[in-house]
Amino acid sequence: MEPVLKARNLVKRYGRVVAMDHADFELYPGEILAVIGDNGAGKSTLIKALSGAVSPDEGDIWLEGQKIHFSSPIDARNAGIETVYQTLAMSPALSITDNMFMGRELRKPGFRGKILRQLDRRRMEEVAREKLSELGLLTIQNINQAVETLSGGQRQGVAVARAAAFGSKVVIMDEPTAALGVKESRRVLELIKDVRSRGLPIVLISHNMPHVFEVADRIHIHRLGKRAAVIKPDDFSMSDAVAIMTGAMDPPEGMAA
Amino acid sequence: MASNDRATRGPTEYESAASTSPSAVAEFDQHHQTLVHKIQHALHQTPSLVPLIVLMVSILIFGILLGSKFFSPFALTLILQQVQIIGIVAAAQSIVILTAGIDLSVGAIMVLSSVVMGQFTFRYGLPPEIAVICGLICGTLCGYINGFLVAVVKLPPFIVTLGMWQIILATNFLYSANETIRSQEISELAPFLQFFGNKVNIGGAIFTYGVIFMVVLVIVLAYCLRQTAWGRHVYAVGDDPEAAQLSGVQVKRTLISVYMLSGLICAFAGWALIGRIGSVSPTSGQLANIESITAVVIGGISLFGGRGSVLGTLFGALIVGVFTLGLRLLGADAQWTYLLIGLLIIAAVAVDQWIRKVSV
Repeated sequence: MEPVLKARNLVKRYGRVVAMDHADFELYPGEILAVIGDNGAGKSTLIKALSGAVSPDEGDIWLEGQKIHFSSPIDARNAGIETVYQTLAMSPALSITDNMFMGRELRKPGFRGKILRQLDRRRMEEVAREKLSELGLLTIQNINQAVETLSGGQRQGVAVARAAAFGSKVVIMDEPTAALGVKESRRVLELIKDVRSRGLPIVLISHNMPHVFEVADRIHIHRLGKRAAVIKPDDFSMSDAVAIMTGAMDPPEGMAA
Repeated sequence: MASNDRATRGPTEYESAASTSPSAVAEFDQHHQTLVHKIQHALHQTPSLVPLIVLMVSILIFGILLGSKFFSPFALTLILQQVQIIGIVAAAQSIVILTAGIDLSVGAIMVLSSVVMGQFTFRYGLPPEIAVICGLICGTLCGYINGFLVAVVKLPPFIVTLGMWQIILATNFLYSANETIRSQEISELAPFLQFFGNKVNIGGAIFTYGVIFMVVLVIVLAYCLRQTAWGRHVYAVGDDPEAAQLSGVQVKRTLISVYMLSGLICAFAGWALIGRIGSVSPTSGQLANIESITAVVIGGISLFGGRGSVLGTLFGALIVGVFTLGLRLLGADAQWTYLLIGLLIIAAVAVDQWIRKVSV
């Protein structure tokens, strides 16, 4: 099967520090691929390279077989890769609708949209409401309330809904459950599964092993700036994964890079 | 298999627990909705409500104290005429402050633009229409330099505009050779420069074109900020520039456009200034930057960016005008005006901080 997103030999140096050392990466259609790794293993750099926030010094990235080169997150978005950042990248004082459509607002048809450049609020609100209810986020009463009045889980939900609504090829999620409580984490994990069930492949970066083992189809283990192994959660235990991640155990034969 | 079983059962239990709790949370919320909370939420939604109420109350109080001396169409429109310049400049200041910046050079840009308009007409003999366009371009260019230094070179707006304030003001004095163009000369040879001084009289209420321009400008800006993508981006950039960048806003372009627009509006203020004082004077408008910031702050726009509305700024400017005229008609020392305005500034910022706590 052809990977949706593929990277080969990515290298990124920051001064004398090598953050990525010939890293490879593959994401297949319809799967949840978890990326795990110790602090400083270079998984954020890898993800930033894939989402356009960092341009690698060497190496190539292919999206659906086409070689791509992103110089900003906007390029990646236009190519169909949506990222849910750990910081969520939302403007707290603006409404849910405003945030969902930030940078891709809909304008009214005809004179009012073309000449007066008026926004089509009603249509944006409709779409936002539809997308939120698709993911079971109807507990939010008012689509126009400011994001800062939402709880942490609800904010995360809105960010996931935004990515799912506009990501046409790949959704990348950076630590989506890190700042959340037990119940809210659960909701976000369900959201992630919902997004997959609609056919979108997901890259999930997480430190939380139980979450990773619960939702991931494959686990990409990053160590010392490169891919140490790719394992299936059914074949290995969490402690094996941690052992590979920290170098206490050699990567299994045939699974390595 | 057993572990798989547990993994699938665990989440379903979580789910059932999650489905019952949200309604309880909502009830809990309702229970604590006191009147104060409701006011806080209303202000959070429409931040220009505070200055509007203050404006209404102050008009009412001065109206009661002074009677028809204050409550006449003439006096009320006189306030509008007195605040027109500051109102226009404060509109420019508003959009800059919405991006969490500040523009200390607004007054200097205004004066330089008016001097360019005057000198281009009288020194080089250009038609006044062309000279006005040159002045507007001059203001926009000053704004562009501010925007470039803030957005691309990434210097703090305070420092950039503090420097530009001095640079533009010095340029203004050097270029004009400190020379005033007299009102008579302008009205004889180039009345177009005094365009904004023209008056419309509706039953004792006198509206200058400058006043009308100020009101139209605020309405247009309010529309742009509320109803266009550009406006939403201005708020997003002021709120959190990094988040805006990641969610696809062209932060640099937005910032530069804001400073350029601010410069252009200041140039219009310079044109209106000629209409207001009649002459072109390089020494006028020295306090415009401080007074515009005052109007913006009293108008409820947050100095931390991303919150407030330009309508509030208009109300803020009018509040200052009402206090100034009202206290003068009462025969009070002018210092009382400054004292009260100082109090208002501090109260406005305190209210802003309180509104921000709505989410906590």
